[in-house]
Amino acid sequence: MINALLWVPLAFGFVGLFLPKRAVGWWATAGAVATLAIGVIMAFGFESGAAGLQDTVNTTWISGLGVDYSLGIDGLNLFLVLLTALLWVGGIAFAAFREQERPQLFFFLMLAAETATLGSFLAQDLLLFVLFFDLMLVPFYFLFGGWGVDRSAEGGPTAPQATLKMMIYTLIGSLLMLVGAIATAIISAHGGHITFSIEAIQHQGVPVGSQRWIFWFFAAAFLVKMPAFLVHGWMPDAYKAAPLPVLVVFSGVLAKVGAYGFLRVVLPLFPAATSQFQTVILLVALASILYGSVMAFTQTNIRLIAGYSSVAQLGFITAGIFALRADGSDGAILQMVNHGLVVAPLFIIIAILVERTGTEDLRSMGGMAMRAPVLAAVFLIVALATLAMPGSANFIGEFYILNGLFQSKIVFAFIAISGVAMSAYYALRLYIGTMHNRPPSQQNHGIASREISLRDGIVLAPLVLCILGLALYPQLILHRADPSVQRSVSAVTEGGAPSSPSSSESEELAVTK
Amino acid sequence: MAGEGFVAPHVDYAALAPLIALTVGLIVILMSGVFETTKRWAPGLAVLTLGATAGLLIWHWNEQIDLVAGALRIDDLAISISLIATVTAFFTVLLSVRERAAEEAGQGEYYALLIGSVLGMVLLAEAENLVTFFVALETLSIPLYILCATNLRRERSLESGLKYLIVGSLGSATLLYGMAFVYGATGSTDFAGIAHGIAAKGMLHDPLLLIGIALAAVGLAFKTSIAPFHQWTPDVYQGAPTPITSFMAVATKAAAFAVFVRFFVVALGPETGDWQTGLAILAAISIVVGNVGALRQTSLKRLLGYSGVAQAGYMLGGIVVASEKGISSLVFYLAAYLFMNLAAFAVIVARERETPYGDDIRGVRGLGAERPALAWSLTISMLALAGLPATAGFIGKLYLIEALVEGNYLWLAVFIAVGTMISLAYYLRVVAAMWMTPGQAVAGGPGGPEPTPVISGASPEVDPVDPRAGTRWYLVAPAVLAAAITVFFGVIPQPLVEFASHAGASLF
Repeated sequence: MINALLWVPLAFGFVGLFLPKRAVGWWATAGAVATLAIGVIMAFGFESGAAGLQDTVNTTWISGLGVDYSLGIDGLNLFLVLLTALLWVGGIAFAAFREQERPQLFFFLMLAAETATLGSFLAQDLLLFVLFFDLMLVPFYFLFGGWGVDRSAEGGPTAPQATLKMMIYTLIGSLLMLVGAIATAIISAHGGHITFSIEAIQHQGVPVGSQRWIFWFFAAAFLVKMPAFLVHGWMPDAYKAAPLPVLVVFSGVLAKVGAYGFLRVVLPLFPAATSQFQTVILLVALASILYGSVMAFTQTNIRLIAGYSSVAQLGFITAGIFALRADGSDGAILQMVNHGLVVAPLFIIIAILVERTGTEDLRSMGGMAMRAPVLAAVFLIVALATLAMPGSANFIGEFYILNGLFQSKIVFAFIAISGVAMSAYYALRLYIGTMHNRPPSQQNHGIASREISLRDGIVLAPLVLCILGLALYPQLILHRADPSVQRSVSAVTEGGAPSSPSSSESEELAVTK
Repeated sequence: MAGEGFVAPHVDYAALAPLIALTVGLIVILMSGVFETTKRWAPGLAVLTLGATAGLLIWHWNEQIDLVAGALRIDDLAISISLIATVTAFFTVLLSVRERAAEEAGQGEYYALLIGSVLGMVLLAEAENLVTFFVALETLSIPLYILCATNLRRERSLESGLKYLIVGSLGSATLLYGMAFVYGATGSTDFAGIAHGIAAKGMLHDPLLLIGIALAAVGLAFKTSIAPFHQWTPDVYQGAPTPITSFMAVATKAAAFAVFVRFFVVALGPETGDWQTGLAILAAISIVVGNVGALRQTSLKRLLGYSGVAQAGYMLGGIVVASEKGISSLVFYLAAYLFMNLAAFAVIVARERETPYGDDIRGVRGLGAERPALAWSLTISMLALAGLPATAGFIGKLYLIEALVEGNYLWLAVFIAVGTMISLAYYLRVVAAMWMTPGQAVAGGPGGPEPTPVISGASPEVDPVDPRAGTRWYLVAPAVLAAAITVFFGVIPQPLVEFASHAGASLF
């Protein structure tokens, strides 16, 4: 089952290479839907309340090097896997409705990217994780470079240049992570048989002295991927270059792999280093929140507004994880799913807006609400979710994160709160700028409907429904994630901090508030 | 076995069979070149010879026999390296079909020299004595000096041959000088004898021996193109006929590394502590110099030359740790390197014949739309050389880094990671040219760009573009095959890992 989930997209992609141009988009959509279906079936079979791995596969891959092909699902990755499958359906369907150059290759790369991303979520072997983590970049490199937007006319880089920058930035981290992973396995083996199994390494333990530097090798990879402040240099160019359907999945899912990596690898394997460097990472997270928010205020390119808002959101998620309390991490997982669900429709809407207005500049947009009321309504839901309106799942997520942070590092929590306020500003600015204000140049245009087409509606509807559904029942995720989160976090807090209050208590707290 | 009390020494013909096959093949091919009718059989005969050699080598897999009074030794390390050289030569023969160089040099001579060089490589991989070591190295090198210059009417090719001859001789002389010191210090030419001599005489840190080791290392560094002794590499690679470049890039490197391993790990094993750091520094320099040097290259052959310098640095890491895993990872990397490199060179050969750009990067622009099979092959090759996952290159790096970390050379592992990062910039430039740059009309056509003077090709009147000679099966097939194998061993590396670990185990 789990094998099918992982390889079905790639298999569909391969077959798609040999299909005629017209059919391949639908074929790819079918592949993504099939993957989602498998994911949903697995989610139904998921035994909630259990902390351990389920649906595991474990076979030796390279015996001489101690690498296993081992996959599994638990509370940490279940919903991220579903998010991946869902967003890929959205991204691929959105692209399938449009003409693509060389569609066979485009959809093959999209589906290959899905397999790689699912692989990095599912992998339970440290080296397999690193492998998929690096592999993810390859299809995106081709997608960004081959189908991207050339910005050289406006003085920016060409798509291949922007993509190369992204590759080098992100691989700086991942290659060091490869060295770190190998060192982890060898050091923890203490001269015995080398294994890369995350569980086994956690059991064997990594000496504290080694944890300190290996921690940074991993943190570098994850922080660049998110991207966090100071290592976000690749983001603006890459976001401007990326083709929009690809950006839907890229922004929606890939950033989360970094945050997920902290929970899956760093917390359990390097607990001593994690608590030692907690403050440093929190500082980076706060800087990301502030910097991302401020940049989102000032940018006029709507892609970058969404991009920088992601930086801020990911900063929030990181802060939640590094509160080093179960409720913070619970909130982080919920927020990862929320952010994915929000940012994907956001980019689809941006793509629709760009198609209709022919510009990406916020200043020359506006007045859409009148001519496209349904689009405006959908956008409003997404925007309100982005700013974590009470009643949305994002509100619960941020509440959990702040709750965790307040109890561990109160000073940081106060600063982080400002991020919530700022998110309201940039989300509404984006909404008002595109939907309400009408620039003078457009005042005299005839009233032509710019309404969202039915096909785009079909793509957007499921995503928006998920946002609404999760708003009503966030417990769906929290309940299943909590046991695994407790396990990851307790690896760090064990023996130190007092045990956190059970999450159901704080959940009630959230609801009563 | 005549009477009169004369007893011929025992000769193990079975174990020598691969060498005999190569020698016989060499003579037959040379003879075939004499007659017009038999001339065109030469490539076929070369393939036959290589096939027979490979078969005989595999026959001895898992055996460890000392031959010719301990001058040669056939073991899994020797066999695996010989197989790598043989397979490379096989690909080279395919790439040489219809190659101008082969036709100008005379079919028989060209292929005979190629087989002669393979003979030297097999000898070198088996060498276990300073004398056979040197003789084999020269047997390997001299045909190559000539082969580099076989593109008779191209100045670059002649220059390349001459340059290689001079630099190669310098390398050989340095090596020989070093050998003399080692012999002088230990009193033996035998690898086992040297090791014994060092241990017995307590020669650790003996200056005479250290000078010998240093000079030998420099000589070998010349042959394996390790910085800072690599300066000849880009020029010679660029000037030589491309099939020969591919042969030099892979097979020479493999054979030289084999003897590098045997000389340092077996003969100088007791001195490990003295040379480890030195070699590690050489490896680090090589990684930096190779990767930085490749950044600005526009000629693909030069680019691969510099990338070869960097890759040699990675591979040297396997020797630095002097452990079983280190040697295994080196052999694995060499085998992976064979396929990754050959896929690239096959595409370059094809494009040299199709476009007027020679091996310039412009020659592969728009290849993705124009020739998907070639473009995929070159893409996989570049990604594998850059060490991205799902290719044999990734597993190779993983293997090397694991060996290095285990051998307490973490800093060198980090160097490999950093070097790989730099290397992405130039490998991906090639990929971007293929997929992300619009193709162009093949020159000469209306609207197409002006055919520019070729860097490594020749003037257009000497090397007219012959579209028919372009994408034939014997160019596409090796490219696709090599790329497919690269991916195969990236996904299912177990067979190659076992192959390599056998080779590593045979020394310890």
